[in-house]
Amino acid sequence: MRTKEQPLIFELSRKGRKGDSLPELDVPEVSVEELLEDSYIRKEEAKLPEVSELQLVRHYTALSNRNFGVDSGFYPLGSCTMKYNPKVNEVVARMPGLSHIHPYQPEEQVQGALELMHELQESLAEMTGMKEVTLQSAAGAQGEWTGLMMIRAFHEANGDVERTKVIVPDSAHGTNPASASVAGFDSVTVRTDERGLVDLEHLREVVGKDTAALMLTNPNTLGLFEEDIVQMAEIIHSAGGKLYYDGANSNAILDKARPGDMGFDVVHLNLHKTFTGPHGGGGPGSGPVGVKEDLVPFLPKPLLIKKEDQYTWDYDRPQSIGRVKPFYGNFGINVRAYSYIRTMGPEGLKQVSEDAVLNANYLMKLLEPYYDVPYPQYCKHEFVVSAKRQKDQGVRALDIAKRLLDYGYHPPTMYFPLNVEECMMIEPTETESKETLDEFADALIAISKEVEENPDYVLEAPHHTVISRLDETTAARKPILKHEQ
Amino acid sequence: MSNHRYLPMTEEDRKEMLQVVGANDVADLFADIPTKVRPAAPMTIKPALKERDLLKHFTELSNRNVSTKDFPSFLGAGVYDHHIPATVDAVISRSEFYTAYTPYQPEISQGELQAIFEFQTMIAEITGMDLANSSMYDGHTALAEAVVMVAGHLKMKKQRVLVSDTVHPEARDVIDTYVLGPRLNVASVNESKGKTDVSDLKEKLDDDVCAVVVQYPNFYGGIEDLKAIREACDESGAMMIVKSNPLALGVLTPPGAFGADVVVGDTQPFGIPSQYGGPHCGYFATKKALMRKVPGRLVGQTVDEDGTRGFVLTLQAREQHIRRDKATSNICSNQALNALGSSVAMTALGKSGLKELAVHNLKKAHYAKQQIENAGFTIVNEGPHFNEFVVDVGSNVVDVNKKLIDKGFIGGLDLGRFDQANVNHMLVCVTEMRTKEEIDRFVKALEESK
Repeated sequence: MRTKEQPLIFELSRKGRKGDSLPELDVPEVSVEELLEDSYIRKEEAKLPEVSELQLVRHYTALSNRNFGVDSGFYPLGSCTMKYNPKVNEVVARMPGLSHIHPYQPEEQVQGALELMHELQESLAEMTGMKEVTLQSAAGAQGEWTGLMMIRAFHEANGDVERTKVIVPDSAHGTNPASASVAGFDSVTVRTDERGLVDLEHLREVVGKDTAALMLTNPNTLGLFEEDIVQMAEIIHSAGGKLYYDGANSNAILDKARPGDMGFDVVHLNLHKTFTGPHGGGGPGSGPVGVKEDLVPFLPKPLLIKKEDQYTWDYDRPQSIGRVKPFYGNFGINVRAYSYIRTMGPEGLKQVSEDAVLNANYLMKLLEPYYDVPYPQYCKHEFVVSAKRQKDQGVRALDIAKRLLDYGYHPPTMYFPLNVEECMMIEPTETESKETLDEFADALIAISKEVEENPDYVLEAPHHTVISRLDETTAARKPILKHEQ
Repeated sequence: MSNHRYLPMTEEDRKEMLQVVGANDVADLFADIPTKVRPAAPMTIKPALKERDLLKHFTELSNRNVSTKDFPSFLGAGVYDHHIPATVDAVISRSEFYTAYTPYQPEISQGELQAIFEFQTMIAEITGMDLANSSMYDGHTALAEAVVMVAGHLKMKKQRVLVSDTVHPEARDVIDTYVLGPRLNVASVNESKGKTDVSDLKEKLDDDVCAVVVQYPNFYGGIEDLKAIREACDESGAMMIVKSNPLALGVLTPPGAFGADVVVGDTQPFGIPSQYGGPHCGYFATKKALMRKVPGRLVGQTVDEDGTRGFVLTLQAREQHIRRDKATSNICSNQALNALGSSVAMTALGKSGLKELAVHNLKKAHYAKQQIENAGFTIVNEGPHFNEFVVDVGSNVVDVNKKLIDKGFIGGLDLGRFDQANVNHMLVCVTEMRTKEEIDRFVKALEESK
């Protein structure tokens, strides 16, 4: 028996109720008609819900009870780094001098905020081996696009206008080719070889005078370190291209290998992954971008600099690609990331990567007898398993994911990367205990037995969630995107 | 090292786990990293702080900023000082919401999905449009994405975009960067008396123009003649994109009623703190005809196997994780938690509260304008405005603001930062947060700061 559906907030509405109160107007009363022409005065009110404060609170509490976060349970969503979001970060981000400051206050009124941002920029530059970092980009995808726009500006400044292609591995995140398109490039796919790494021969074939950049995640989305990175950097650089580092998987490499030392020219980081910005059900994130020296002139403006002990915004940057976001980026998320970095320190962050990698390898080993592991070598922070064996019994990876919901887990990333059949991409993160991993492995092992003994039960999963499988086909064919009142 | 409170793995665990994976040492797991790229020395970032020291450090950083909670602020220009109901923080602090990822697994994400569906409905209602998406990074990037979407929809046959000079200058900057990819050509429409010069617009409109971009209320606080702008667009087949402060639409005729094709903006006025400019929350509303071109996530209503109503991410064939290089946008993470906060704030206001709040802003700003004018200052542009207007303060605004802070006020925006010709022009914003007494004292302080 499932719980009944939660009414829409609009269905709870009764005329005349209110959830907020305005003070009495203390300026002399004038009519709206005296202030605005009639054609500008709204005639029909927007139909917002009318509920009392308790009704509001109950509604959203009911909705939260129909949602699952990291605090609810294990969330091994590959490439998303669903680690613990520290509570103290939420406390510091709400301090009045960090939360209630306006972006157009004069610099002398916000030196504390600027110092925080500058410290964060410097820490990120040090961790990635980059010369300068901008905090302006809103999220990973915007960071990618920002980086590619800088690479484009760099080539154009050199009169190198024929570089129209960006090379992307077939295992790359979908945002990579999408960002390349948005930046005006065509993407070229480079294959993964039997090791699960970029096929160097194929890379040599596709690289050329038209190569603007190679985008790479390292470790890649199979959780494997691209160990030929030095040769790859040489192949791309000798063809005149630049190397772009997608930092989505940087949780594995803190103090282990800096992108700058690997040969990358541009890096973005997802502060809402490695650096504990809470994911918020889909954002807000923050996607700072770091560059090597030759790309510094192209950074978005303004750039935060330190001048004689004062922090200041530098707008005088003639080669800058311009502005990618209003104001100075998602400051509130940057505050949380800086709080995390200061909580961990250098030794702590190194431990983060070591524990994340050990957790992933341990879990992979526990699952290996029951699920196909296409790349059995040591992984980094995440790994992929394939439900090929289970598919032969008529149960797909999707069904296994749905059955995991009954066991109280968020499923792994499904059907990604695209080059692995019936793929489940698992990232446990360092904040999970051995007991949690043992229990999760037990659940997946139990499901593998259910697949053999009672496949229909798995095919009909989930059985214990508030709702069963949803009709996504009709949702897309006849879209209902708002409530009709 | 001894255990960090975020790291549960003990020495004992480590040994057992290494044994299971068949490694002698953690270093074995990193052996595939070439020696050449390993760091020569440990990274040199600042040492770790314990929680109490961390709080001390952050309190010190926070105290070195002048908060709009400490001094009455007259700054606006896209970021506004409004009351945030206590319910907002209560809801967004529920960790089932804030520690969740994008709702990829609908069966355990119905709460988030339904909340977004309700957000989409509220935005469509306020803007008077057919539909809205789940959110964008902010109002400015939402505007730039709208331009790129419209150009793509018109199959790039029309490659020119006209942007009014009364649009926020930073939004214009963002558009200028976004159009570099698809190589669109952007031209300006002149401002006249604080509004879009419609005759200049008509002159510049031709068959090559895919979109006309205006802001309502505009950057200077003025209320654009959307009817005339729409008619001009219709003559040449251009689409009309309107950037709007959604609170203003509590009292102003919504852009949808004037036939806007896309309406975007930022829901920061609804429950989102200023946070030095972000994260806020972009919204994106449009017509049904453009539904399959919309960037970002959309939530749709459907039913489960038992016929129970439920919600899913839908029309995903537009998106980067499916379409890769053919996606309508590269956006992935958006501003879900802030959209939730804004939904709570909009719900708290309700139908009559939204209008009432908008009217308070309108009336307080007009009162302030009148008092400033009575004190002998010139109001730069005539005509109606919402909660912002431009004052000629008679001397350099930067200097005036320095004097104002000494008198306990955060002054308005120095328009000289965008145009040297306007160094004496201050964009003043008055929200419902400013009491009559504060406004009166501010006018006096302004007089003394000339």
